[in-house]
Amino acid sequence: MTRVYASTVLDAPLDRVWQILRDFNGHDRWHPAIAQSHIEQGAPDRIGAVRNFRLQDGAVLREQLLSMSDMAHEFRYCLLSSPLPLMGYVAKVRLRPVTDGSQCFWEWSSKFTPPPYREAELVTLVRDGIYRAGFSAIRDALAGHVPPKSRPAMPAVRANTKTTQAIVVQAYGGPEVMQLQEVDLPDPGRGLVQIRHTAIGVNFIDVYCRSGRFLLLQPPGTPGMEAAGVIEAVGPGVSGISVGDRVAYACPPVGSYSARRTMAPDLMVHLGPDISDLTAAASLLKGASASFLLHDIAKVQPGMSVLIHAAAGGIGQILVQWAKALGCEVFATSSSPDKLRRIKSLGADHLIDYTVQDFAAVVKDQTGGRGVDVVFDSPGKTTFAGSLDAVAVRGHVISFGQASGPIGLCDIDRLASKSLTISRPNYAHYTDTPERLGAHVSRFFAAVRSGAVTLQDPAQYPLANAADAHRDLEARTTMGALVLVP
Amino acid sequence: MTAPKMTGLKTTGTNNMPRVYVSSVIPAPAAEVWRIIRDFNALPVWTPFVADSRIESNMAPDQIGCIRNFRLKDGGVIREKLLALSDYDLSCSYAMLESPMGVADYIATLALTPVTETNATFAEWTADFQCAPEREAALVAQIGQGVFQAAFTALKQRFR
Repeated sequence: MTRVYASTVLDAPLDRVWQILRDFNGHDRWHPAIAQSHIEQGAPDRIGAVRNFRLQDGAVLREQLLSMSDMAHEFRYCLLSSPLPLMGYVAKVRLRPVTDGSQCFWEWSSKFTPPPYREAELVTLVRDGIYRAGFSAIRDALAGHVPPKSRPAMPAVRANTKTTQAIVVQAYGGPEVMQLQEVDLPDPGRGLVQIRHTAIGVNFIDVYCRSGRFLLLQPPGTPGMEAAGVIEAVGPGVSGISVGDRVAYACPPVGSYSARRTMAPDLMVHLGPDISDLTAAASLLKGASASFLLHDIAKVQPGMSVLIHAAAGGIGQILVQWAKALGCEVFATSSSPDKLRRIKSLGADHLIDYTVQDFAAVVKDQTGGRGVDVVFDSPGKTTFAGSLDAVAVRGHVISFGQASGPIGLCDIDRLASKSLTISRPNYAHYTDTPERLGAHVSRFFAAVRSGAVTLQDPAQYPLANAADAHRDLEARTTMGALVLVP
Repeated sequence: MTAPKMTGLKTTGTNNMPRVYVSSVIPAPAAEVWRIIRDFNALPVWTPFVADSRIESNMAPDQIGCIRNFRLKDGGVIREKLLALSDYDLSCSYAMLESPMGVADYIATLALTPVTETNATFAEWTADFQCAPEREAALVAQIGQGVFQAAFTALKQRFR
């Protein structure tokens, strides 16, 4: 750890010097090395504010305000990015009054870890080029020799940070109702953060939101409940999440089909370096769902038999692999030879093409007439009756989707003929607190890390082509997960 | 809480104790100034108001816990105990055990910081204490101006 320390005494009262120095964005008006500076978001005296500035030589640096005290007249900041290897650079500016005269003591110090062979060069640069040059500039400005530099003109792009591109559903309908538009992007208020999306998950629930089957979206509105990205700004009262954090989320409210959004961070999860943004956006909602379906609802045990419909889909592929890893005998249905080949490679024991075979008959045949212990049914309308037929006495049918249409009325008296259990889980009820969601996310990522679940690269669509993604999803031409890329 | 003021010298420290803060720039390198003031028994050497001083119990003046027993030129006797001394931070803290001033829980710190641009020294002296409320203003002025500032002024004169 290298330490640089410089200090000086100025012939000016402390208050006057502090007034200049405490403006974290004001250095381009007095420091000769700084050509231009702006705060990336919010006020310059917000703790956590990031100043983005260009040196006279063109280098661009970003520094974050770590602490500021109007009582102690000091502030600390760190370097977030720089073309120079000033690793771990944390600096402190501190003023003290000189009580026997109208003077002010100013010290500027820092610690960082340079590459050893560049230590001397970097120490000289920081001490002389930044700190001592700054002392001289302020001394001259206070003496009236040099008027403070006027605020340099800002690039026009800064005025545009208040809007973002987003898919907007103007009225419920088919894929064509989704159009890319420029929408307002509010600054994060209390308890909110702003995230820049790098990958956006596409789920069947988005189709329901677009079509009006689920009322989670009120037109005009932006669909989507899942994405990964980087935190760009943090409002007051937010803890545990900072600018620059890599995160993902899979939760209401809708609005993830956008380049950026402002939202509550309560249900965001931090991403480890081994989980890519694409993987997270493609699998967080499906993985958390698979976790509560298998563990909390089905409570699968080794030796149980399970039937998984739409097994080549995003969640189907996860369920097949995870159920196998948990020791289940897996029956899997799908609609084409390509998809069945894919499912076979994931380890399913029995493959059924339900477009040409009666899956209930196949299941009963393969189980000696007994049926399976659990059915995971997401198609709904086209499969539900068969699922009731294919399940064993005291079995459990879990209906968690309606991709082919609603099931309609179900006469529960009929369930007595097999003592059946029916579950109709709602994603939000299993993932509505950080604790509940966190348990599923941890369990899912652990399964990914252990290799129990491997994830196919998702099909990628530009954000503007979200309608194509929905068309493909609804036409059942896709395998695995779909993501939108802003 | 308020920030240290330029001339008022008094701020409120923790627990609402009166606090005296005085600072000055001494025109000499910090190491040279430190050589003088680190001697806990040297008040007669560098301050204008101490007549004589001794360290009690035959202890060394840089032994933590030693007590200096000194007599002011006006006759008052003060006993102060060394609480902390740092050749690394160039600072010294002590507690007042006895004095004619009518203060309690008096703890003071004298600290030096190098001014690298001019090879000078920034000196700070703070004291926290308890006293009768009606005497606070007078004591703050007496300690701040009459003692600390007077000592700093004398120190500056040495290096003129």
